[in-house]
Amino acid sequence: MNKPKTGGRVKIWRRTILVLVALYLLLPIVAMINFSTKTFSGGRGLGSWRAIFQQPDLIAAIMTSLELAAIVIGLIFFLVVPTVVWVHLKLPRLRRPLELICLLPLAIPGIVLVVGIASIYRWISIHISESPLTLAAVYSMLILPYTYRSLSASLHSVDVHTLAEASRTLGASTYKMLFGVILPTIRAGVMSGAVISIALVLGEYTISSLLNFQTMQVEISLVGQTDGGIAVAISLASLLFVFLLLVAIPTSMHRENKELESETA
Amino acid sequence: MAQEMTMSNTDSASRGVSIRLWRKHSAYVGVIPFLILVSIFLLWPTYSVVSGAFQDSTGKFSLSVLKSVIKNPAHLTAFRHSLQVSAITSVIGSVIGALFAWAIATGKKDGILRRISLSASGVLAQFGGVMLTFAFLATFGFNGLVTSFFLKFAPHSFFGHPTWLYSITGLCIVYSFFQIPLMFIVFLPTVDNLKPQWREASDGLGGSTLEYWRRIGIPVMTPSFLGSFLLLFANAFSAYATAASLISQGSIITPLGISTALSSETGSNNPALAKALSLGMVLVVVFVMTLYTLLRRKVSKWEQ
Repeated sequence: MNKPKTGGRVKIWRRTILVLVALYLLLPIVAMINFSTKTFSGGRGLGSWRAIFQQPDLIAAIMTSLELAAIVIGLIFFLVVPTVVWVHLKLPRLRRPLELICLLPLAIPGIVLVVGIASIYRWISIHISESPLTLAAVYSMLILPYTYRSLSASLHSVDVHTLAEASRTLGASTYKMLFGVILPTIRAGVMSGAVISIALVLGEYTISSLLNFQTMQVEISLVGQTDGGIAVAISLASLLFVFLLLVAIPTSMHRENKELESETA
Repeated sequence: MAQEMTMSNTDSASRGVSIRLWRKHSAYVGVIPFLILVSIFLLWPTYSVVSGAFQDSTGKFSLSVLKSVIKNPAHLTAFRHSLQVSAITSVIGSVIGALFAWAIATGKKDGILRRISLSASGVLAQFGGVMLTFAFLATFGFNGLVTSFFLKFAPHSFFGHPTWLYSITGLCIVYSFFQIPLMFIVFLPTVDNLKPQWREASDGLGGSTLEYWRRIGIPVMTPSFLGSFLLLFANAFSAYATAASLISQGSIITPLGISTALSSETGSNNPALAKALSLGMVLVVVFVMTLYTLLRRKVSKWEQ
């Protein structure tokens, strides 16, 4: 007799909380749709949405941010992941220091990192390049904690040492072992780290704005000072874009984890 | 290397040793590119901020800048505001986020609701920043949805006259947009870990719902809850983008003070001051994150 009663109460609590949180999550979205479809005359229209494409600076900045995301992904694949795997396999003594380095960005707020890095970027802009793409270097530092965590989780769930040993006995080169054998087995971890990294790079504002680079967020903020409608429209669009990205990826990850589970079972 | 090779030609025994030495240490070559990048873009900047806080404008060791910061009431107020906003939004975020996590965890494990909630939270917690400011303004701003609604039905209420948009209150509301989702993400695994057997055991021994939560549920989750709270605190304390895109002038919280000290546009470019303020921030975040790590260790012991 007691059980269904508590079950019912749990259900009511659960529903109430879910409805409240859903309201809280959806209210800003509805408000943004409302705000970005208002016209000056008080009617409705897609003027703000169309105007996004008439902002060459904004489009250029979006391209810059996408290119930055691509370069950072490249750095993750060809530098961070191989280094972490390498240390895991061959240099166990460096594991702890590497972990500390990778988690350091969590203790250094972005605004503080800018203070320390400003002089380096001044030097880079004079001697190497003024391109905003140079931001990829510091961005690849920001993503270290996320990449490292998801990587080390999947490295611990797979017996990498045996895999490395097996591929070496079968005559694979080091390159082949890293990219042909080990990387595919830890793909899920790499992918989830990569997706968070894309979100972080596309959403980054602190460093780029203070170093005077025109990235997507800097432009959105700038547009917002003159036309709130466009800024709200592009904000909503990019929030939805990254949301879809995150919805799509965990599915494949989930599937993969299930495969792994059924294989080990 | 070359030296090792010539030496090894003379003596086969020492050759074996040197090859073994090279084999042993050649692995270190693999980490050099990464190490260079990290040294330039992470380690050196960190060192530069921390050491720079103890230098005067000529680069000599001095406590003068730090002293001037501590004596300046404006900087102290900003620092206090930073701590306040972080504390308030962490309390709001951790309580609501934990309830949300519980509501989702009691649902289906691979349900669509859970996945959507996780992805949406990921977007808001990791990606937010500037866009949350515009979401906030579209909702609570002078032409916002909530504001227009309240203007119509309750014109003199709190939401009808948002004079608080650009104040600490406004910051607290917009920060909760990313604090609640972050709590949801980090706390969900803990709620998932509550074993149904514990509840059954409690029920079997005649415990009520209240007793179950008071004596089992809450004590078991407390370390993880506190850890998540600390993570939220550090997160809010470090946040800059949302505040900067909302409040374009003034240094109401320390991160905004740092950017003012850093920007050369206003002619007040003062890197020494920026470094001194940054040191204060780093000290707080490192302290909080150390506590967090200690708590996490406790948590992972029983979660295994």
